[in-house]
Amino acid sequence: MNEHTTCSEDLAAEVRRVAKLARIYVSEDDVAQWTRDLGRILEYVRQLNELDVDSVEPTAHAIPVANVMRDDEPRPGLPHTEALSNAPAARDGLFIVPKIIE
Amino acid sequence: MSCSGPVSELPSLSAALDALRRNEVSSEELVSELLRTIECWNPTLNAYVYVNSEEALACAREADARRRAGDPAPWVGVPIGIKDNICVRGQPCTCGSKILKSYRSPYDATVSRRLREAGAVFVGRLNLDEFAMGSSTETSAWGPARNPWDVDRVAGGSSGGSAAAVAAGMAVAALGSDTGGSIRQPAAFCGCVGLKPSYGRVSRYGLVAYASSLDQIGPLTRTVRDAALLLSVLAGRDPMDSTSLDVPVPDYIAAVDQAPDDLRGRCIGLPREYFAEGIEPDVAQAVKAAVADMARLGADVVEVSLPHTHYAVAAYYLIATAEASANLARFDGVRYGLRVPSEDVLEQYERTRAEGFGQEVKRRIILGTYALSAGYYDAYYLRAQKVRTLIRRDFERAFQQCDLLLTPVAPTTAFRIGERISDPLTMYLGDIFTVPANLAGICAISIPAGLDSRGLPVGLQLMAPALEEARLLQVAHVVEQTRPRLPRPPLASRASGGSPA
Amino acid sequence: MKFAVSIGLEIHVQLRTRTKIFCGCPTTFGAPPNTQVCPVCLGLPGALPVLNREAVRLTVMAGLALGCRINLRSKFDRKNYFYPDMPKNYQISQYDLPLCVGGGLEIETPAGRRFIRLRRIHLEEDVGKNLHFAQSSGVDFNRAGVPLMEIVTEPDLTSADEAHTFLLALKEVLLHGGISDCNLEEGNLRCDVNISVRPEGADELGVKTELKNLNSFRAVHRALDYEIRRQIDLLSCGRTVVQETRRWNDELGITESMRTKEEAHDYRYFPEPDLVPVELTEEQLTEWRAQLPELPAARRARLVREYGLPEYDAKVLTADPDVADFFEAAARRSQQPKIVSNWIMTEVLRVLGERGSSIRDLPLTPDALAELIEMVQRGVINMPAAKSVLAELMEHGGRPAEIIERRGLVQISDRGALEPVVEEVLRDHPGPAADYRNGKAAALQFLIGQVMKRTRGKANPKLVAEVLRARLESQSPSS
Repeated sequence: MNEHTTCSEDLAAEVRRVAKLARIYVSEDDVAQWTRDLGRILEYVRQLNELDVDSVEPTAHAIPVANVMRDDEPRPGLPHTEALSNAPAARDGLFIVPKIIE
Repeated sequence: MSCSGPVSELPSLSAALDALRRNEVSSEELVSELLRTIECWNPTLNAYVYVNSEEALACAREADARRRAGDPAPWVGVPIGIKDNICVRGQPCTCGSKILKSYRSPYDATVSRRLREAGAVFVGRLNLDEFAMGSSTETSAWGPARNPWDVDRVAGGSSGGSAAAVAAGMAVAALGSDTGGSIRQPAAFCGCVGLKPSYGRVSRYGLVAYASSLDQIGPLTRTVRDAALLLSVLAGRDPMDSTSLDVPVPDYIAAVDQAPDDLRGRCIGLPREYFAEGIEPDVAQAVKAAVADMARLGADVVEVSLPHTHYAVAAYYLIATAEASANLARFDGVRYGLRVPSEDVLEQYERTRAEGFGQEVKRRIILGTYALSAGYYDAYYLRAQKVRTLIRRDFERAFQQCDLLLTPVAPTTAFRIGERISDPLTMYLGDIFTVPANLAGICAISIPAGLDSRGLPVGLQLMAPALEEARLLQVAHVVEQTRPRLPRPPLASRASGGSPA
Repeated sequence: MKFAVSIGLEIHVQLRTRTKIFCGCPTTFGAPPNTQVCPVCLGLPGALPVLNREAVRLTVMAGLALGCRINLRSKFDRKNYFYPDMPKNYQISQYDLPLCVGGGLEIETPAGRRFIRLRRIHLEEDVGKNLHFAQSSGVDFNRAGVPLMEIVTEPDLTSADEAHTFLLALKEVLLHGGISDCNLEEGNLRCDVNISVRPEGADELGVKTELKNLNSFRAVHRALDYEIRRQIDLLSCGRTVVQETRRWNDELGITESMRTKEEAHDYRYFPEPDLVPVELTEEQLTEWRAQLPELPAARRARLVREYGLPEYDAKVLTADPDVADFFEAAARRSQQPKIVSNWIMTEVLRVLGERGSSIRDLPLTPDALAELIEMVQRGVINMPAAKSVLAELMEHGGRPAEIIERRGLVQISDRGALEPVVEEVLRDHPGPAADYRNGKAAALQFLIGQVMKRTRGKANPKLVAEVLRARLESQSPSS
C-alpha cells in the first residue's frame, strides 16, 4: 500500500474524483478540508498493512448462512398515492426529474 | 409543573408493564406524565426531534379501551421512544439529516410493527448522529442531544437521544441502533442499559442502513430486565430481512428472572488489550471494582487476549464507510427527500447531496467511495474484510476460554460538546472497545458501573458469543445487582467539572 | 485488405416469474406508472431485498440448457452508479461469482455449424423506465426490480447474419426451456453488442465499440451491418476506431457516438451485505436437469423421427415451442402428421404472423384442427370450405362439426343429388359440352365450376368430374 502514500496534491485530486463518483458537489474549501481528513484517516488505516492477510478469507457477512430466499408469490405493494407521497416533484403518476439527455 | 426540580419518577419498563396490568395506572396517565416530562426537559436535552403528543395520547386512550375490553397483550399502552432512523408508518424519519427533513415513512419497520402489534405506543422520534454516523449526536442536523448528567457534555452517539431520554425519565424504554457502539456507548455515557443483539437476531427491515453488515437494532433501558423484555418482542426471524436468522428465540425474561444470586461456574474473561494505555483511571477503576465484585460472587476471572483489537477501528471505518457510500446513494432528490433543483440531473444530484448531507456524512461517503474505487479496493476494503476475519477468530478463541468477556465500553466518560467534533480520528478512536463486537457479529451489553470522580456515569461492557443473549442478559443482571444504584441525573451543567486529561 | 469481424453479445433476458427479483411486486407488463412498486423496489430508506427462489432456478435452468458450468456457490454484489431510473443508485448484480460460467450454443451458418461460446450468465435487477417530455423527464419504477438474466457471449460471432441467427437460436432455447417469454415488444429480451474488426490474420482483436438501443433482432442486424462497414471504412482509410459506446438510430439507420462520459465508469462492485450467498448442490442440479424441457435441436430430431416430418417442417414448427406442442397434440389425434404440419405452417402461422399473436391466444384447439383435417380426409367437406371453417375456428373457436352443420357446408357426395344439377348445367351450356366431346378437355373445368357454383361450393369436386365425364361420354346431347 505504500504506493498509495500520496502527496496532498494528488490526494486533493483523488478527493475531487471520488466526490464526483459519489455525486457530491465540492467547494475548494471542502477539498482542502477533506484532503486533510482523508490524509490523516488513510495514514491511520494503513496500519492494517502490518498484518499478513494473504491466506485469510475476507468476511463479508458476520453470519454463516446461505440460501435465504422467498417464494415467487405476489405481495401487496404501496398504494399509488403513497408511493409518490414523498416525491419532490410528481406528475401523471411519474417522478419528475430534469430532462435527461440519453 | 416546574422544570427546575428533579426528574419525575417515571417507572421502569418492567414497572410500567406491571402497573398497567394491575390497572394501577392507565396508559393515558402514563403517556401524559411522559409528555409533561418531555415538554419540561426536552428543550434542555434535545433528546427528541419530534414528539407526536396527540397521536400518542389517542393511541394511549385506545389502548386503555382495549385493556378494559380484556385485551391480555402485556404491552398494550406502553410508551416507547424510537430512534429517528427506524421507520414508523406515517411518522417522520429524518435520520438526523436535512436530506430527509420532510420525509414520512409509508411503512413500518419490522420492529415497529412487532411493537405496534404488541400494543406499544410510539411517543416520538429520538435524536441521533446524522444517519447514525457519529459517537456524540453532534452530527445531527437538529443539534446535539445533551447528557442528563452534565448538559455541557455529549450524550454519546449515535443513539444519544435514546440514551438521554431513558436516563432523564423522558422515555420508559427506547430503541437504538448499533453499528460500532451506537447503543452501548451512549448508554454508558448516560448511565443506562444498552444491548446490541447478535447480528441477525433482530430484523433490520425498516432501519435506515448505515453499514448493513454491522447494523443491529437494540434496546436502551433503565435495567437489564427491561432490555430482556424489549428484546423478547424484537427478536426473531423476519422474512423481509435475508440476514435475520431462523433460530429459536430463548425466553430472555425467564433467563433474567431465574438468574442465580451468584456467578459460580461462570468464567469471565478480561481481554488484556482492552486495559492498555489510553483508558481514564476512573474508568479502569470502575471496571476493576466490578471485577472484584464478580469474583466475590464466585466467577472465575481469567485474562484472555484479543490480539487484533488494535486494528479494529481501522477495519471498521473502512468497511462501514464503504457500505455507507452505497447505502446513502439513494438520497438523490428523485423519489423523496430534499431536492436542490437544477436543470441538469447530475448537477441536481451533486447540489442536493452537498446541501442535504452534513460534514461527517460526506466525509464518510468520500472515504468509503475511495476505499472501493478502482485501484484501492484490494488495498483498503478487501484488506479490512480480511482483518475482520482475524478479529472474528480472536473472539472464537477467547470464547473457548471463557463464557463472557468484560471490558470498558469506552476509554473515557462523556466528553464535552465540541471537544472532539473537529477531530474525526480522535472521535473514531473512542470506538475502540465497541466496534469489535459489530465486526464479529456477537452480542454485547453496556450496563452502568458507577460514577467517575466528576459524577459522570461509567459503563461496563459484557460480550457473549453470537446468539447467546440469554447468557449475556442473565450475567448482566447479576452484575447489575452488585453495582451501586445511580442517583437521578441532575439535568444541569456541572461547570465545575474539569475536562478530561 | 480483408477484415475479420468479432462480435460479442450481452443479452438481457426477463425471466418468467410472477414477482420481482427482490420483492413481491408483480412483473405484469403495461400497468399504469408506479402502481407495481413497494418500499423495496422504490429503494425507500430502510427497505431490504429478499431473493426470489424462482429467478435463481430459471437462471440455472438456462445455464443447464446452454451447457454452462453452474457455480455451486454464487453471490450478489452492488454495482454503483447514479441514474434517475436506479432506485438505490446501485444495481444488485453478480460480479465475480455468477450463477453460470462457460457453455455455448451451436448455430447453423451457410458455412456449416458453429459453436458460439458463452462467457457467463448472471442474475440482476432491472431498472425503472425514463419517459421524456419537452421540459423534463418522468420515471416509472414498475420495471425496477424485474428479474433479468444477463447472458454474455465470447466475441465468437463473425457477421451480422451470424449474430441474428444466434439470437434466434437462443430465443428458441429460452422459449423451450420455459425460462422467458422472450416477448420483444415488452422488452423481455434486450441486446447490447460489442464489435471490432481487424485485418484478417491479425492475432489481437481490434478496438471495439459498444452498440446500444437495439430494440429488435432486425435492429441488431442492421446496426451490425452498418457498424462493420463503418469500422472497415475507417481502417481502410488508415484511420482508427475509437473505443466508445454508440447509439443505434433506427430511423436514420446509423450508429452515433453517445455523449462521452465525464469519466470512465468505476462501478465499485462489492459484496451485497443485505443478501446471503446462494449455494447449490449436485443433487439439486441433477433434479433441475431432469426437469429441463426438451430443447429445440432434440425436438427437431424427434419430430423428424417420430412423425416422419421433413427437416424443414420440424425447423419451422420448433421455432416456437407452443407451436410444436400444438402440432404434436393435433398430430397424435389425427394420425396425419404431415397434413397437420402443412395446415399449421400455411394457414395457422400466416394468421399468427398477421395478428402478431401467440398460438396460445388462439381459440383454435389441436383437437379441432385434427377433427377438421379428418373431415376433409373423409370427404365430408371440401378444401375451400375447410379453409373457411378454419378461419372461423381461429377467430371464435368451436367444434368443426357444429360449424359445418350450422353453415351447411357438408359436401354433396351423393351421385343422385348431383345428376340433376349436371343435367341443368349441360343444358344451359351446350357450347362447352360440345367442345369437350370434340376433344377440348379444358372445357370440363368450366363445367365443373358451373356445378360447384350452383351447389354453392358444396359439391365434391371429384364426384362432379366423374358424373360429368360419364354423362358426356356415354350419350349424345338430348337436343
